[in-house]
Amino acid sequence: MATTMATRHAATRPGNPRSRRPGATRRRTRQRLTILSFIAPALIGIVIFFVYPLISALYFSFTKFNLLTPPEFVGLRNYQNMFHDTNLIKASENTIWLVLVMVPAQVLFGLGTGILLVTMKRSATIYRTIFYLPALVPPVAGALAFVYVLKPGTGPVNALLANFGIEGPQWFNDPAWAKPSLTLLALWGIGNTMVIFLAALLDVPVSLHEAAALDGANAWQRFRHVTLPMLSPVIVFSTITGIITTLQFFTEAAVAASAASGQATNGGNSVSTLFGYPEGSTFTYPLWLYVKGFGYNQMGYASAMAIVLFVVAFAIILLVLKRSKSFSGEAS
Amino acid sequence: MTALATPARSHRRAPVPPPRPVRKRRSKEGPLLFIARHSVAIALSMMFLAPFLFILLTSFMTNTQSLTSNYWPTSWHPENYIAVFRKTDMPKYLWNTVLYAGLGTIFTIMSSVPAAYALAKLQWRGRQLMFLVVICMMLLPPQITTVPLYSLWATYGLTGSLWPLILPTLFGDAFSIFLLRQFMLTIPNEYLDAARVDGCGEWRTLFKVIWPMARPGIAATAMFQFFYAWNDYYGPFLYTSENQDNWTISLGIASFRTLHAVAWNLVTAATVFAIAPVLIVFFFAQKAFVQGVTLTGVKG
Repeated sequence: MATTMATRHAATRPGNPRSRRPGATRRRTRQRLTILSFIAPALIGIVIFFVYPLISALYFSFTKFNLLTPPEFVGLRNYQNMFHDTNLIKASENTIWLVLVMVPAQVLFGLGTGILLVTMKRSATIYRTIFYLPALVPPVAGALAFVYVLKPGTGPVNALLANFGIEGPQWFNDPAWAKPSLTLLALWGIGNTMVIFLAALLDVPVSLHEAAALDGANAWQRFRHVTLPMLSPVIVFSTITGIITTLQFFTEAAVAASAASGQATNGGNSVSTLFGYPEGSTFTYPLWLYVKGFGYNQMGYASAMAIVLFVVAFAIILLVLKRSKSFSGEAS
Repeated sequence: MTALATPARSHRRAPVPPPRPVRKRRSKEGPLLFIARHSVAIALSMMFLAPFLFILLTSFMTNTQSLTSNYWPTSWHPENYIAVFRKTDMPKYLWNTVLYAGLGTIFTIMSSVPAAYALAKLQWRGRQLMFLVVICMMLLPPQITTVPLYSLWATYGLTGSLWPLILPTLFGDAFSIFLLRQFMLTIPNEYLDAARVDGCGEWRTLFKVIWPMARPGIAATAMFQFFYAWNDYYGPFLYTSENQDNWTISLGIASFRTLHAVAWNLVTAATVFAIAPVLIVFFFAQKAFVQGVTLTGVKG
């Protein structure tokens, strides 16, 4: 922080003898009001759209609530019911599958494409743009495009495979292939992860590589002992944040399921029948939360699910906060 | 860590600009490695581009051809795009999306810039705490607060409209505040001190000194916010499902096929409508993006 600001701050600190002067007090009050005027909108936003809903969700999670009649206190019943909810168990399994398969796949693919680009020379710019483009595509459009491209009967991919005499899988229409198809979709949109790794790879000093090469290290050894250690914070960071993103995986799963099943997502009641297609294989935790709350009007139960999600996500966020420098509150 | 590279927000699909051109490396590689490397890159490029190409080609097909496994149109039908506009609610969806993304972006910048300034450049008690809360807001899944917020908007009769998505942006957006703060941290304090010595109030300092210097960052933040709203599905799905008049383009194309009983040729044409604006903006603004990010160097 600048020196002037620091002195001014010191001067306004209570207990500092200089601040007892009347002029200083008035200035201190003015400064406080100014700062308040800067942050007031955001503070109101935090209270109304974050603190209140969090507390409210905790309260609703102990009630039976359907939006229309006032919440009715039921104690821990919602939480107890979660253990017997087979759909919830299925949805949690699917979300865990995505965390265990999709997140590592994204990290590895992002790292791989990043390494490929960093070793290219003049042509890197054009490849980088091409690799990045899908990350811009709206998730709904991407999901629709993939459902079309991976159509079982006449889709381009299976038509291509048929040319080689291979019978392609049913992709989004096969319970065993639906989640791998979603993973392919996620890998298609790897752009952001790739850029993070590319930036980190460019930060690895060339001199380190040269020194290692002089010592007789081959390409793999240089990668293993020079590049990888310098990348490990980025790998950890993108894994952790990837998990947080995957915990809220909603759009692609919902759109792909309804597009592949040939039914519309009109929200509300209609959703409960078509989400998760085929056979619940694309049901994720947030999808089931939505269906319980807005399909079945069980807002209390949905809130209990939200609280469980909060506990898990918050624990992971604490990991991020510990790990990342850019999240540390210090301003200078 | 690069601040722009917070992948937790990748559900926003924030277009992180690619970093600077790749630094030169010593090249002692043989032609074999060169060919291998480019083969992989070309193969990957084809895989990344193929979905775009198939969508585009199919959008020019006839209704019946789009149901076959031909991938090249036997005859070209640009009128599919006119049909999408005439026969469906696409103009309405587009207008709603522009409204949500446009107003939301303006409001976000208005409310987030002062807060980011206070977090980056002013000393006050509670600053650290507020910053931590902003980060939690940014990272926590939106589904956690869905039920209470929906019931809040329902009591004011605003569900079914886009207002539950637009109005909150008047009160700051966590991701934008975070991003703008990171940008503002890189502005040297000497400029602020000079302004203060000249008797500039904090608000005047913000608009006369900070705003012009943070312009690339503000532009980038505005674009992220615009793209986020343009691509958003969960929000419009939650609040406007019940009222088709207020659907956005994401919601529209998601149920396009069944709603309008059309074949894939029109669905793909509608999808092009959703993708094209984002790509066009990106190509025109790419430079501003890269500039904004590299100039203000969002290293935390």
